[in-house]
Amino acid sequence: MTISVPIPSLGLTEDQRAARERIYAAPLAELDPGDPESFGAQQMYWKFERLRAEDPVHFTAAEHSEQGAYWSLTKWDDIMAADTDHETFSADAGITLHRPPAGPVESDINYEANALGGQLRSEDGQIVQRERQDGLIQSLLSMDPPQHEVHRGAVVDGVSPANLKAMEPLIRERAGAILDALPIGEEFDFVEHVSRDLTAMTLATLFDYPQEKRGKLTFWSDVMTAIPGPGAVVETEEERMLAIREFFEAFAGMFQQRASQEPRVDFVSLLAHSPHAQDFTFAELQGDGIVLLVGGNDTTRNTITGSVYALNKWPGEYAKLRANPALIPSMVSETIRWQTPLTHMMRVATKDTELGGKRIAKGDRVALWYVSGNRDEDKVENANEYVIDRKNPRQHLSFGFGIHRCLGNRLAELQLRIIWEEMLARFPEITVVGEPTFSHNNFIKGYDRMTVVIPRRNG
Amino acid sequence: MVKVTFVTQDGAAHEVEAEVGWKLMEVAVNESIPGIYGDCGGQAQCATCHVHVPPEWRPITGERNAAEQAMLANAYDVTEDSRLSCQIIVSEELDGVTVDVVDS
Repeated sequence: MTISVPIPSLGLTEDQRAARERIYAAPLAELDPGDPESFGAQQMYWKFERLRAEDPVHFTAAEHSEQGAYWSLTKWDDIMAADTDHETFSADAGITLHRPPAGPVESDINYEANALGGQLRSEDGQIVQRERQDGLIQSLLSMDPPQHEVHRGAVVDGVSPANLKAMEPLIRERAGAILDALPIGEEFDFVEHVSRDLTAMTLATLFDYPQEKRGKLTFWSDVMTAIPGPGAVVETEEERMLAIREFFEAFAGMFQQRASQEPRVDFVSLLAHSPHAQDFTFAELQGDGIVLLVGGNDTTRNTITGSVYALNKWPGEYAKLRANPALIPSMVSETIRWQTPLTHMMRVATKDTELGGKRIAKGDRVALWYVSGNRDEDKVENANEYVIDRKNPRQHLSFGFGIHRCLGNRLAELQLRIIWEEMLARFPEITVVGEPTFSHNNFIKGYDRMTVVIPRRNG
Repeated sequence: MVKVTFVTQDGAAHEVEAEVGWKLMEVAVNESIPGIYGDCGGQAQCATCHVHVPPEWRPITGERNAAEQAMLANAYDVTEDSRLSCQIIVSEELDGVTVDVVDS
Protein backbone atom coordinates (compact mmCIF):
# COMPACT_ATOMS: atom_id res chain seq x y z
CA MET A 1 0.00 0.00 0.00
CA THR A 2 1.31 3.43 -0.93
CA ILE A 3 1.01 5.92 1.88
CA SER A 4 0.45 9.49 0.80
CA VAL A 5 -0.91 12.69 2.24
CA PRO A 6 -4.61 13.04 1.32
CA ILE A 7 -5.40 15.79 -1.18
CA PRO A 8 -9.16 16.31 -0.91
CA SER A 9 -9.42 18.43 -4.08
CA LEU A 10 -7.99 15.53 -6.10
CA GLY A 11 -10.16 12.93 -4.39
CA LEU A 12 -8.99 10.17 -2.10
CA THR A 13 -7.28 7.01 -3.23
CA GLU A 14 -9.06 3.71 -2.69
CA ASP A 15 -6.85 2.93 0.32
CA GLN A 16 -7.50 6.34 1.81
CA ARG A 17 -11.23 6.04 1.31
CA ALA A 18 -11.26 2.61 2.97
CA ALA A 19 -9.21 3.86 5.92
CA ARG A 20 -11.49 6.85 6.34
CA GLU A 21 -14.57 4.63 6.30
CA ARG A 22 -13.07 2.35 8.93
CA ILE A 23 -12.38 5.32 11.18
CA TYR A 24 -15.93 6.67 10.77
CA ALA A 25 -17.41 3.21 11.44
CA ALA A 26 -15.56 2.70 14.73
CA PRO A 27 -17.34 3.47 18.02
CA LEU A 28 -16.53 7.09 18.90
CA ALA A 29 -15.46 6.20 22.44
CA GLU A 30 -12.72 3.93 21.06
CA LEU A 31 -11.19 6.62 18.90
CA ASP A 32 -7.53 7.05 19.90
CA PRO A 33 -6.12 9.95 17.86
CA GLY A 34 -2.74 9.63 19.57
CA ASP A 35 -2.10 6.15 18.22
CA PRO A 36 1.36 6.44 16.54
CA GLU A 37 0.27 3.91 13.90
CA SER A 38 -2.20 6.33 12.35
CA PHE A 39 0.53 8.97 11.98
CA GLY A 40 2.89 6.62 10.18
CA ALA A 41 0.00 5.63 7.89
CA GLN A 42 -1.19 9.27 7.47
CA GLN A 43 -4.66 8.25 8.71
CA MET A 44 -4.84 10.59 11.68
CA TYR A 45 -6.40 13.29 9.49
CA TRP A 46 -9.75 11.47 9.41
CA LYS A 47 -9.73 10.77 13.11
CA PHE A 48 -9.33 14.47 13.71
CA GLU A 49 -11.82 15.36 10.98
CA ARG A 50 -14.41 13.14 12.66
CA LEU A 51 -13.64 14.45 16.13
CA ARG A 52 -13.85 18.09 15.05
CA ALA A 53 -17.34 17.38 13.70
CA GLU A 54 -18.70 14.93 16.26
CA ASP A 55 -16.76 15.26 19.51
CA PRO A 56 -14.35 18.21 19.50
CA VAL A 57 -13.28 17.74 23.12
CA HIS A 58 -12.78 14.00 23.18
CA PHE A 59 -11.88 11.59 25.96
CA THR A 60 -9.95 8.40 25.25
CA ALA A 61 -10.07 5.98 28.16
CA ALA A 62 -6.97 4.03 29.18
CA GLU A 63 -8.44 0.77 27.88
CA HIS A 64 -8.56 2.21 24.35
CA SER A 65 -5.09 3.71 24.28
CA GLU A 66 -1.48 2.71 24.73
CA GLN A 67 -0.79 6.25 25.90
CA GLY A 68 -3.03 6.02 28.96
CA ALA A 69 -6.20 8.07 29.39
CA TYR A 70 -6.23 11.56 27.89
CA TRP A 71 -8.41 14.32 26.51
CA SER A 72 -8.02 15.57 22.94
CA LEU A 73 -8.67 19.18 21.94
CA THR A 74 -9.24 19.26 18.19
CA LYS A 75 -10.76 22.69 17.42
CA TRP A 76 -8.72 25.87 17.01
CA ASP A 77 -10.60 27.90 19.65
CA ASP A 78 -10.38 25.23 22.36
CA ILE A 79 -6.67 24.68 21.68
CA MET A 80 -6.06 28.42 21.82
CA ALA A 81 -8.03 28.71 25.07
CA ALA A 82 -5.99 25.97 26.77
CA ASP A 83 -2.66 27.08 25.32
CA THR A 84 -3.09 30.60 26.67
CA ASP A 85 -4.31 29.55 30.12
CA HIS A 86 -1.15 28.16 31.68
CA GLU A 87 -2.64 28.40 35.16
CA THR A 88 -5.37 25.87 34.40
CA PHE A 89 -3.41 23.81 31.87
CA SER A 90 0.05 23.21 33.24
CA ALA A 91 2.96 22.06 31.12
CA ASP A 92 4.73 20.80 34.17
CA ALA A 93 4.01 17.09 33.85
CA GLY A 94 5.80 16.76 30.52
CA ILE A 95 4.70 17.99 27.13
CA THR A 96 4.12 14.86 25.11
CA LEU A 97 1.57 12.12 25.12
CA HIS A 98 4.29 9.60 24.52
CA ARG A 99 3.24 7.10 27.17
CA PRO A 100 1.33 7.06 30.43
CA PRO A 101 3.16 8.55 33.38
CA ALA A 102 4.40 5.95 35.83
CA GLY A 103 4.00 6.41 39.56
CA PRO A 104 1.23 7.91 41.64
CA VAL A 105 -2.17 8.73 40.21
CA GLU A 106 -2.57 12.32 39.12
CA SER A 107 -5.08 13.36 41.75
CA ASP A 108 -2.49 12.84 44.48
CA ILE A 109 -0.31 15.56 43.10
CA ASN A 110 -0.22 19.05 44.51
CA TYR A 111 0.39 21.22 41.49
CA GLU A 112 0.79 24.48 43.40
CA ALA A 113 3.78 23.11 45.22
CA ASN A 114 4.92 21.62 41.97
CA ALA A 115 4.91 24.89 40.05
CA LEU A 116 7.05 26.61 42.64
CA GLY A 117 9.31 23.83 43.72
CA GLY A 118 9.56 21.94 40.48
CA GLN A 119 9.18 18.73 42.39
CA LEU A 120 6.21 16.50 42.58
CA ARG A 121 4.64 16.45 46.00
CA SER A 122 1.65 14.53 47.21
CA GLU A 123 -1.06 16.34 49.18
CA ASP A 124 0.70 15.67 52.47
CA GLY A 125 3.81 17.40 51.15
CA GLN A 126 5.85 14.29 50.59
CA ILE A 127 8.04 14.39 47.53
CA VAL A 128 7.08 11.61 45.18
CA GLN A 129 9.28 10.34 42.43
CA ARG A 130 7.77 10.04 39.03
CA GLU A 131 9.33 9.15 35.78
CA ARG A 132 8.57 11.66 33.10
CA GLN A 133 8.21 10.75 29.48
CA ASP A 134 10.95 11.53 27.01
CA GLY A 135 13.37 12.19 29.86
CA LEU A 136 11.90 15.71 29.97
CA ILE A 137 12.74 15.90 33.61
CA GLN A 138 12.21 19.60 33.93
CA SER A 139 12.78 22.19 31.29
CA LEU A 140 11.89 25.64 30.14
CA LEU A 141 9.22 24.14 27.92
CA SER A 142 7.62 22.10 30.67
CA MET A 143 7.92 24.65 33.46
CA ASP A 144 5.30 27.00 34.76
CA PRO A 145 5.97 30.56 35.92
CA PRO A 146 7.93 31.93 37.68
CA GLN A 147 10.61 29.29 37.07
CA HIS A 148 9.80 29.29 33.38
CA GLU A 149 10.83 32.93 32.94
CA VAL A 150 14.18 32.31 34.64
CA HIS A 151 15.08 29.48 32.30
CA ARG A 152 13.61 30.87 29.09
CA GLY A 153 15.02 34.28 29.91
CA ALA A 154 18.48 32.76 30.23
CA VAL A 155 18.60 31.45 26.68
CA VAL A 156 16.33 33.83 24.78
CA ASP A 157 19.27 35.90 23.50
CA GLY A 158 20.60 32.88 21.62
CA VAL A 159 17.94 33.49 18.99
CA SER A 160 17.54 37.27 19.35
CA PRO A 161 16.84 39.29 16.18
CA ALA A 162 20.42 40.64 16.34
CA ASN A 163 21.90 37.17 16.65
CA LEU A 164 19.76 35.87 13.78
CA LYS A 165 20.93 38.73 11.61
CA ALA A 166 24.50 37.72 12.37
CA MET A 167 23.72 34.07 11.57
CA GLU A 168 22.00 34.74 8.26
CA PRO A 169 25.12 34.92 6.03
CA LEU A 170 26.48 31.79 7.70
CA ILE A 171 23.27 29.84 7.06
CA ARG A 172 23.18 31.11 3.46
CA GLU A 173 26.75 30.06 2.81
CA ARG A 174 26.06 26.57 4.23
CA ALA A 175 22.82 26.23 2.27
CA GLY A 176 24.66 27.17 -0.92
CA ALA A 177 27.43 24.64 -0.26
CA ILE A 178 24.91 21.86 0.47
CA LEU A 179 22.94 22.58 -2.70
CA ASP A 180 26.00 22.92 -4.92
CA ALA A 181 27.13 19.44 -3.84
CA LEU A 182 23.85 17.76 -4.84
CA PRO A 183 23.85 15.41 -7.83
CA ILE A 184 21.92 16.37 -10.97
CA GLY A 185 19.72 13.78 -12.65
CA GLU A 186 20.36 11.26 -9.89
CA GLU A 187 18.08 10.15 -7.09
CA PHE A 188 19.06 10.97 -3.50
CA ASP A 189 17.48 11.25 -0.04
CA PHE A 190 16.51 14.88 0.49
CA VAL A 191 16.08 14.41 4.25
CA GLU A 192 19.64 13.26 4.79
CA HIS A 193 21.45 15.45 2.27
CA VAL A 194 19.61 18.74 2.66
CA SER A 195 17.11 19.09 5.55
CA ARG A 196 19.10 17.18 8.14
CA ASP A 197 22.46 18.64 7.27
CA LEU A 198 21.42 22.29 7.19
CA THR A 199 19.56 22.11 10.49
CA ALA A 200 22.38 20.12 12.11
CA MET A 201 24.87 22.85 11.19
CA THR A 202 22.59 25.50 12.67
CA LEU A 203 22.12 23.43 15.80
CA ALA A 204 25.89 23.06 16.21
CA THR A 205 26.22 26.85 15.97
CA LEU A 206 23.47 27.39 18.55
CA PHE A 207 25.25 25.05 20.99
CA ASP A 208 28.72 26.10 19.81
CA TYR A 209 29.38 22.41 19.30
CA PRO A 210 32.13 21.23 16.91
CA GLN A 211 30.69 21.24 13.38
CA GLU A 212 32.52 18.04 12.44
CA LYS A 213 30.63 16.22 15.22
CA ARG A 214 27.22 17.73 14.41
CA GLY A 215 25.78 14.34 13.45
CA LYS A 216 25.93 13.50 17.14
CA LEU A 217 23.52 16.33 17.97
CA THR A 218 20.91 15.12 15.49
CA PHE A 219 21.41 11.56 16.71
CA TRP A 220 20.75 12.58 20.31
CA SER A 221 17.76 14.66 19.27
CA ASP A 222 16.28 11.77 17.29
CA VAL A 223 16.82 9.49 20.28
CA MET A 224 14.88 11.81 22.60
CA THR A 225 11.70 11.56 20.58
CA ALA A 226 12.17 8.03 19.27
CA ILE A 227 9.82 5.18 19.98
CA PRO A 228 12.36 2.32 20.24
CA GLY A 229 11.82 -0.58 17.87
CA PRO A 230 13.27 -2.45 14.92
CA GLY A 231 14.59 -0.02 12.33
CA ALA A 232 14.26 3.00 14.67
CA VAL A 233 17.27 5.12 15.61
CA VAL A 234 17.42 3.08 18.83
CA GLU A 235 15.95 -0.39 18.96
CA THR A 236 15.48 -0.89 22.69
CA GLU A 237 14.65 1.28 25.70
CA GLU A 238 18.07 0.40 27.21
CA GLU A 239 19.81 1.64 24.10
CA ARG A 240 17.75 4.81 24.26
CA MET A 241 18.61 5.50 27.90
CA LEU A 242 22.29 4.92 27.17
CA ALA A 243 22.25 7.50 24.37
CA ILE A 244 20.37 10.00 26.52
CA ARG A 245 22.94 9.57 29.28
CA GLU A 246 25.68 10.19 26.74
CA PHE A 247 24.04 13.50 25.79
CA PHE A 248 23.69 14.53 29.42
CA GLU A 249 27.38 13.88 30.04
CA ALA A 250 28.40 15.83 26.95
CA PHE A 251 26.07 18.68 27.89
CA ALA A 252 27.36 18.79 31.48
CA GLY A 253 30.91 18.90 30.15
CA MET A 254 30.07 21.78 27.83
CA PHE A 255 28.32 23.62 30.65
CA GLN A 256 31.37 23.37 32.91
CA GLN A 257 33.67 24.46 30.11
CA ARG A 258 31.52 27.49 29.17
CA ALA A 259 31.16 28.53 32.81
CA SER A 260 34.92 28.94 33.01
CA GLN A 261 35.08 30.94 29.76
CA GLU A 262 33.98 34.43 28.75
CA PRO A 263 30.19 34.69 28.15
CA ARG A 264 29.06 34.11 24.57
CA VAL A 265 25.65 33.87 22.88
CA ASP A 266 25.44 30.11 22.43
CA PHE A 267 22.73 28.40 24.49
CA VAL A 268 25.14 26.57 26.79
CA SER A 269 27.15 29.68 27.59
CA LEU A 270 23.97 31.69 28.16
CA LEU A 271 22.76 29.09 30.67
CA ALA A 272 26.16 28.86 32.35
CA HIS A 273 26.39 32.63 32.77
CA SER A 274 22.78 33.23 33.81
CA PRO A 275 22.56 35.18 37.08
CA HIS A 276 20.46 32.24 38.31
CA ALA A 277 22.94 29.59 37.15
CA GLN A 278 23.84 28.49 40.68
CA ASP A 279 20.17 27.73 41.38
CA PHE A 280 19.73 25.51 38.32
CA THR A 281 19.45 21.87 39.25
CA PHE A 282 21.13 19.22 37.17
CA ALA A 283 17.71 17.90 36.21
CA GLU A 284 16.60 21.32 35.02
CA LEU A 285 19.70 21.81 32.92
CA GLN A 286 19.26 18.41 31.37
CA GLY A 287 15.69 19.29 30.51
CA ASP A 288 16.68 22.66 29.02
CA GLY A 289 19.35 20.91 26.97
CA ILE A 290 16.85 18.43 25.55
CA VAL A 291 14.28 21.06 24.65
CA LEU A 292 16.81 23.30 22.92
CA LEU A 293 18.22 20.29 21.09
CA VAL A 294 14.92 18.83 19.91
CA GLY A 295 13.27 22.20 19.30
CA GLY A 296 15.98 23.22 16.87
CA ASN A 297 16.24 19.93 15.05
CA ASP A 298 13.33 17.77 13.89
CA THR A 299 10.88 20.63 13.57
CA THR A 300 12.75 22.71 11.01
CA ARG A 301 14.13 19.62 9.30
CA ASN A 302 10.69 18.17 8.71
CA THR A 303 9.24 21.48 7.60
CA ILE A 304 12.00 21.90 4.99
CA THR A 305 11.28 18.40 3.70
CA GLY A 306 7.54 19.09 3.93
CA SER A 307 7.84 22.21 1.77
CA VAL A 308 9.39 20.22 -1.09
CA TYR A 309 6.81 17.46 -0.66
CA ALA A 310 3.81 19.82 -0.56
CA LEU A 311 5.00 21.85 -3.57
CA ASN A 312 5.28 18.58 -5.50
CA LYS A 313 1.80 17.48 -4.44
CA TRP A 314 0.36 20.87 -5.40
CA PRO A 315 2.33 21.66 -8.59
CA GLY A 316 0.21 24.74 -9.25
CA GLU A 317 1.58 26.23 -6.05
CA TYR A 318 5.15 25.37 -7.07
CA ALA A 319 4.54 27.19 -10.36
CA LYS A 320 3.26 30.24 -8.44
CA LEU A 321 6.38 30.23 -6.30
CA ARG A 322 8.75 29.92 -9.27
CA ALA A 323 6.96 32.77 -11.02
CA ASN A 324 7.04 34.95 -7.93
CA PRO A 325 9.79 34.25 -5.38
CA ALA A 326 8.42 37.13 -3.30
CA LEU A 327 5.90 34.53 -2.10
CA ILE A 328 8.65 32.65 -0.21
CA PRO A 329 7.82 34.08 3.27
CA SER A 330 4.12 33.34 2.79
CA MET A 331 4.93 29.84 1.46
CA VAL A 332 7.11 29.27 4.52
CA SER A 333 4.26 30.14 6.90
CA GLU A 334 1.80 28.03 4.92
CA THR A 335 4.17 25.07 5.06
CA ILE A 336 4.58 25.47 8.82
CA ARG A 337 0.77 25.35 9.14
CA TRP A 338 0.28 22.50 6.69
CA GLN A 339 3.14 20.43 8.07
CA THR A 340 2.56 21.15 11.77
CA PRO A 341 5.93 19.59 12.70
CA LEU A 342 4.91 19.08 16.33
CA THR A 343 1.49 17.47 16.37
CA HIS A 344 0.56 18.45 19.89
CA MET A 345 1.54 19.74 23.28
CA MET A 346 0.36 17.95 26.38
CA ARG A 347 -0.95 19.78 29.42
CA VAL A 348 -2.36 18.65 32.76
CA ALA A 349 -5.40 20.31 34.33
CA THR A 350 -4.46 21.93 37.64
CA LYS A 351 -8.10 22.18 38.70
CA ASP A 352 -11.54 20.98 37.62
CA THR A 353 -12.53 22.92 34.55
CA GLU A 354 -14.93 22.91 31.63
CA LEU A 355 -14.07 23.06 27.95
CA GLY A 356 -16.42 22.58 25.00
CA GLY A 357 -19.15 21.43 27.37
CA LYS A 358 -16.99 18.65 28.84
CA ARG A 359 -15.88 18.49 32.43
CA ILE A 360 -12.12 18.03 32.69
CA ALA A 361 -11.01 16.98 36.15
CA LYS A 362 -7.95 18.16 38.03
CA GLY A 363 -5.04 15.93 37.08
CA ASP A 364 -6.44 14.89 33.69
CA ARG A 365 -4.04 14.93 30.76
CA VAL A 366 -5.08 17.10 27.84
CA ALA A 367 -3.52 16.91 24.37
CA LEU A 368 -3.68 20.16 22.39
CA TRP A 369 -3.71 18.84 18.82
CA TYR A 370 -2.16 21.64 16.77
CA VAL A 371 -2.23 19.29 13.78
CA SER A 372 -6.03 19.24 14.02
CA GLY A 373 -6.58 22.91 14.88
CA ASN A 374 -4.52 23.89 11.84
CA ARG A 375 -7.08 21.99 9.70
CA ASP A 376 -10.12 23.49 11.41
CA GLU A 377 -12.31 24.80 8.58
CA ASP A 378 -14.04 27.20 10.96
CA LYS A 379 -10.75 29.05 11.22
CA VAL A 380 -8.79 28.21 8.08
CA GLU A 381 -10.50 28.24 4.70
CA ASN A 382 -9.83 25.12 2.61
CA ALA A 383 -7.70 23.93 5.48
CA ASN A 384 -6.72 20.62 3.89
CA GLU A 385 -5.33 22.31 0.81
CA TYR A 386 -1.86 23.82 0.55
CA VAL A 387 -2.20 27.40 -0.66
CA ILE A 388 1.00 29.44 -0.56
CA ASP A 389 -0.68 32.81 -1.04
CA ARG A 390 -3.57 32.32 1.36
CA LYS A 391 -4.83 35.21 3.47
CA ASN A 392 -3.19 35.53 6.90
CA PRO A 393 -0.72 32.64 6.44
CA ARG A 394 1.02 33.56 9.70
CA GLN A 395 -2.05 32.74 11.72
CA HIS A 396 -1.48 29.08 12.52
CA LEU A 397 -1.08 27.07 15.72
CA SER A 398 2.23 25.37 14.93
CA PHE A 399 4.35 27.59 17.19
CA GLY A 400 1.83 27.49 20.00
CA PHE A 401 0.63 30.62 21.76
CA GLY A 402 1.15 32.09 25.19
CA ILE A 403 4.24 31.88 27.36
CA HIS A 404 5.51 28.60 25.87
CA ARG A 405 5.35 29.87 22.28
CA CYS A 406 8.18 28.50 20.19
CA LEU A 407 11.43 30.25 21.09
CA GLY A 408 13.09 29.58 17.74
CA ASN A 409 10.20 30.42 15.43
CA ARG A 410 12.08 33.21 13.67
CA LEU A 411 15.13 31.01 13.19
CA ALA A 412 12.95 28.29 11.69
CA GLU A 413 11.43 30.77 9.26
CA LEU A 414 14.86 32.16 8.45
CA GLN A 415 16.29 28.76 7.55
CA LEU A 416 13.29 27.89 5.39
CA ARG A 417 13.41 31.24 3.62
CA ILE A 418 17.14 30.97 2.92
CA ILE A 419 17.08 27.38 1.66
CA TRP A 420 14.25 28.28 -0.73
CA GLU A 421 15.91 31.46 -1.97
CA GLU A 422 19.00 29.40 -2.73
CA MET A 423 17.08 26.46 -4.23
CA LEU A 424 15.01 28.66 -6.55
CA ALA A 425 18.18 30.42 -7.67
CA ARG A 426 19.74 27.10 -8.67
CA PHE A 427 17.10 24.59 -9.71
CA PRO A 428 13.93 24.99 -11.77
CA GLU A 429 12.54 21.93 -10.02
CA ILE A 430 13.14 19.39 -7.30
CA THR A 431 11.02 16.33 -8.07
CA VAL A 432 9.85 13.94 -5.38
CA VAL A 433 10.19 10.31 -6.50
CA GLY A 434 7.47 8.02 -5.14
CA GLU A 435 6.28 8.74 -1.63
CA PRO A 436 8.38 9.63 1.43
CA THR A 437 8.52 7.43 4.53
CA PHE A 438 6.43 9.13 7.17
CA SER A 439 7.71 9.02 10.75
CA HIS A 440 5.98 6.52 13.00
CA ASN A 441 5.52 9.09 15.74
CA ASN A 442 2.58 10.87 17.34
CA PHE A 443 4.62 13.91 18.43
CA ILE A 444 7.12 14.62 15.66
CA LYS A 445 5.23 14.81 12.37
CA GLY A 446 7.79 14.24 9.72
CA TYR A 447 9.66 12.20 7.20
CA ASP A 448 12.32 9.55 7.70
CA ARG A 449 13.30 9.51 4.02
CA MET A 450 12.24 11.28 0.85
CA THR A 451 13.77 10.40 -2.50
CA VAL A 452 14.06 13.28 -4.94
CA VAL A 453 15.75 14.01 -8.23
CA ILE A 454 16.90 17.38 -9.53
CA PRO A 455 16.49 17.17 -13.32
CA ARG A 456 18.71 20.15 -14.18
CA ARG A 457 20.17 23.44 -13.01
CA ASN A 458 18.75 26.80 -14.06
CA GLY A 459 19.99 27.67 -17.54
CA MET B 1 -9.69 58.77 11.23
CA VAL B 2 -6.60 59.77 13.18
CA LYS B 3 -2.94 59.85 12.19
CA VAL B 4 -0.43 57.46 13.76
CA THR B 5 3.22 56.97 12.90
CA PHE B 6 5.23 53.74 13.09
CA VAL B 7 9.00 54.11 13.11
CA THR B 8 10.48 50.85 11.87
CA GLN B 9 13.87 49.35 12.73
CA ASP B 10 15.51 50.93 9.67
CA GLY B 11 14.54 54.35 11.04
CA ALA B 12 11.82 54.99 8.46
CA ALA B 13 8.70 56.79 9.70
CA HIS B 14 5.42 55.47 8.30
CA GLU B 15 2.54 57.89 8.89
CA VAL B 16 -0.80 56.19 8.33
CA GLU B 17 -4.49 56.87 8.81
CA ALA B 18 -6.05 54.80 11.57
CA GLU B 19 -9.69 53.99 12.17
CA VAL B 20 -10.94 54.73 15.69
CA GLY B 21 -11.79 51.48 17.50
CA TRP B 22 -9.19 49.40 15.68
CA LYS B 23 -6.30 47.79 17.50
CA LEU B 24 -3.05 49.59 16.76
CA MET B 25 -1.64 46.19 15.64
CA GLU B 26 -4.45 45.82 13.09
CA VAL B 27 -3.69 49.25 11.68
CA ALA B 28 -0.03 48.27 11.23
CA VAL B 29 -0.79 44.85 9.69
CA ASN B 30 -3.31 46.46 7.35
CA GLU B 31 -0.59 48.87 6.20
CA SER B 32 2.05 46.08 6.02
CA ILE B 33 4.32 47.83 8.50
CA PRO B 34 7.50 45.69 8.69
CA GLY B 35 8.05 44.14 12.12
CA ILE B 36 4.38 44.02 13.16
CA TYR B 37 2.85 40.60 12.46
CA GLY B 38 0.00 39.89 14.88
CA ASP B 39 0.36 36.12 14.58
CA CYS B 40 -2.14 35.37 17.36
CA GLY B 41 -4.77 37.66 15.91
CA GLY B 42 -4.57 40.24 18.67
CA GLN B 43 -4.89 38.37 21.95
CA ALA B 44 -1.53 39.29 23.51
CA GLN B 45 -0.33 35.71 23.11
CA CYS B 46 2.56 35.91 20.62
CA ALA B 47 4.43 39.20 21.15
CA THR B 48 4.83 39.84 17.42
CA CYS B 49 3.43 43.38 17.60
CA HIS B 50 5.84 44.85 20.14
CA VAL B 51 6.21 48.66 20.12
CA HIS B 52 7.76 51.32 22.31
CA VAL B 53 5.27 54.01 23.29
CA PRO B 54 6.76 57.32 24.51
CA PRO B 55 5.89 57.99 28.19
CA GLU B 56 3.88 61.15 27.42
CA TRP B 57 1.28 59.00 25.63
CA ARG B 58 0.87 56.55 28.48
CA PRO B 59 -2.11 58.36 30.07
CA ILE B 60 -3.95 57.63 26.81
CA THR B 61 -2.64 54.16 25.96
CA GLY B 62 -2.94 52.93 29.54
CA GLU B 63 -0.77 50.32 31.23
CA ARG B 64 0.13 46.75 30.30
CA ASN B 65 -2.34 44.06 31.28
CA ALA B 66 -1.37 40.72 32.81
CA ALA B 67 -1.32 38.71 29.57
CA GLU B 68 0.81 41.36 27.90
CA GLN B 69 3.16 41.44 30.85
CA ALA B 70 3.59 37.66 30.71
CA MET B 71 4.48 37.73 27.01
CA LEU B 72 6.83 40.70 27.36
CA ALA B 73 8.70 38.87 30.13
CA ASN B 74 10.63 37.01 27.44
CA ALA B 75 10.53 39.41 24.51
CA TYR B 76 13.51 41.32 23.13
CA ASP B 77 14.45 44.94 23.78
CA VAL B 78 11.87 45.34 26.52
CA THR B 79 11.84 48.75 28.21
CA GLU B 80 9.37 50.67 30.36
CA ASP B 81 7.87 51.89 27.09
CA SER B 82 7.17 48.38 25.81
CA ARG B 83 3.61 47.51 24.81
CA LEU B 84 1.95 44.95 22.60
CA SER B 85 0.18 47.07 20.02
CA CYS B 86 -2.76 44.64 19.87
CA GLN B 87 -3.65 45.85 23.36
CA ILE B 88 -3.84 49.51 22.35
CA ILE B 89 -7.14 50.68 20.88
CA VAL B 90 -7.07 53.63 18.50
CA SER B 91 -9.00 56.61 19.89
CA GLU B 92 -9.39 60.28 18.91
CA GLU B 93 -6.97 61.16 21.70
CA LEU B 94 -4.31 58.99 20.09
CA ASP B 95 -4.12 61.30 17.05
CA GLY B 96 -0.50 62.20 16.30
CA VAL B 97 1.15 59.40 18.28
CA THR B 98 4.50 58.01 17.13
CA VAL B 99 5.56 54.53 18.24
CA ASP B 100 8.79 52.61 17.59
CA VAL B 101 8.45 49.12 16.16
CA VAL B 102 10.59 46.53 17.96
CA ASP B 103 11.90 43.47 16.12
CA SER B 104 10.38 40.25 17.41
